[in-house]
Amino acid sequence: MNEFDDKSVEQIEEQEYTTLNLGPTHPATHGIFQNVLTMDGEIIVDAVQTIGYIHRAFEKIAEHRPYNQITTLTDRLNYCSSPINNMGWHMTVEKLIGVEIPKRAQYMRVIIMELARISDHLVCNAVVGVDSGALTGFTYLFQWREKIYDIFEQICGARLTTNIGRIGGLERDFSDEVYKKIKEFLHDFPKGFTEFSNLLERNRIFVDRVANTGAISAERALSFGFTGPNLRAAGVDYDVRVMTPYSSYQDFEFAIPIGEKGDTYDRFIVRQNEIWESLKIIRQALDNMPQGKWYADVPEFYLPPKEDVYTKMEALIYHFKVVMGETDVPKGEIYHSVEGGNGELGFYLISDGGRAPFRLHFRRPSFIYYQAYPEMIKGSMLSDAILTMSSLNVIAGELDA
Amino acid sequence: MSELTNVYIAEKLRNQFGEAILSASEPYDMLTLVVNPSIAHSVINWLKNDNEIKIQFLTDVCGAQFPEIEGQEFCVIYHLHSLTNNIRIRIKSFIPASNSIIATVSDLFESANWQERETYDFYGIIFEGHPNLTRILNVDEMDYFPLRKEYPLEDGTRTDKEDKYFGR
Repeated sequence: MNEFDDKSVEQIEEQEYTTLNLGPTHPATHGIFQNVLTMDGEIIVDAVQTIGYIHRAFEKIAEHRPYNQITTLTDRLNYCSSPINNMGWHMTVEKLIGVEIPKRAQYMRVIIMELARISDHLVCNAVVGVDSGALTGFTYLFQWREKIYDIFEQICGARLTTNIGRIGGLERDFSDEVYKKIKEFLHDFPKGFTEFSNLLERNRIFVDRVANTGAISAERALSFGFTGPNLRAAGVDYDVRVMTPYSSYQDFEFAIPIGEKGDTYDRFIVRQNEIWESLKIIRQALDNMPQGKWYADVPEFYLPPKEDVYTKMEALIYHFKVVMGETDVPKGEIYHSVEGGNGELGFYLISDGGRAPFRLHFRRPSFIYYQAYPEMIKGSMLSDAILTMSSLNVIAGELDA
Repeated sequence: MSELTNVYIAEKLRNQFGEAILSASEPYDMLTLVVNPSIAHSVINWLKNDNEIKIQFLTDVCGAQFPEIEGQEFCVIYHLHSLTNNIRIRIKSFIPASNSIIATVSDLFESANWQERETYDFYGIIFEGHPNLTRILNVDEMDYFPLRKEYPLEDGTRTDKEDKYFGR
């Protein structure tokens, strides 16, 4: 009798659940993710994730490409901050071949990477605003992202998938126009960004909407492999730039903003504050820009100037070798990581001495922390789940590789 | 407390696990240990619970294939990180193609879950005890493991990229 009763209760409960497909192409997911949600009314009971919709087998392709051609693959990981991916890859190869690049190039890289970080955080925070119902801030911040892309365009000719820099340095020195654009940005952006901050940071409607939703404890965040702003929002001050400085980050003064509760509001605020810190770093890099060359002396990897290719035998040979990917690299294995827009972006490279990597693995922060998503949204409302996802800033390109 | 150098950590692990630590080296300053696959899980567990080294963070899990090394065709690579001591350790375990099974570490670190699924998806390495070892990035119907070296990236009948044209 009792058994029968239990079953019938279960069956009734099962009937009451609704299955809801969130994605794969839902405007609120900002990318191609599918979540099959089991809903009890408006409360999420369970979530099953499907990923891989834009899997492009980068790790396989990378095993067949010379080192300089892999840069374009890294562009397409986190396409909101491609320059950081590009630089991370260049630094990995430079570490492998044992090249120290000039201070000036390192400072130029820092400026570019911090601009990329700002644009990444701008998009994320603007979208958090949108998903909570504030579209104005988004349209406004996108203009500033455009200004950053203008700077990238001036430096390297591309805006989104930048392919910026080369193994051994940067492709060219910053022109006067670049300096002008950066200075204009540094002058105008804080004012615009303050307006955005004033609109949301202390806004009662917004705070009520995002505080205490999608929270994760520091312990769980570490177990789930969180890095970057999402981990810092949970209260762990881990930042690759400070922990294992690369590209002269030890020369700069900046703080690591952290949160307390690891909820959507903390993630938002951590990103807001990081934008200010990035601005500080860019100012310091500009003020202390060292003199010198913007590339290291590695002719086997760094393309010679075009004039030389037409007039000098040696430059012609190196040009051919670089373009055809005919350079042998040392054997070895190496792990190098940089602080990407979303966390620790790592490159694990095994070289067998050939022209292409024997094995290249990308440690993609989005891929690793997105697995915590079901745990973070269980028991919450659907509308909170949307906000949680946008505040995690999962980028489909990085997720699927 | 003595200083936590790579040599010291390797020595400490050797004392604990003896012969099962097959080799220790420091390519580019990162302590790299090759361990017997049967103890990979216990080594990571021990490192996690050690009060001195304090590994709290699993940075990365990935696979690799070395078709030339007989009996050790596949390799699982773990990158561990101690955030308190800022030490990174790489653990490698070689497993044979005939029996490519290794214990999961997803019971120690949640982050290993998807990374092990990805490794399975790419190389077909079985992680014993994994809660849900299915494909993750590729379609479920796929009947091969695409990152294995025997599967070429491009059409094998192409001749315009043959090495002889490039003097290799």
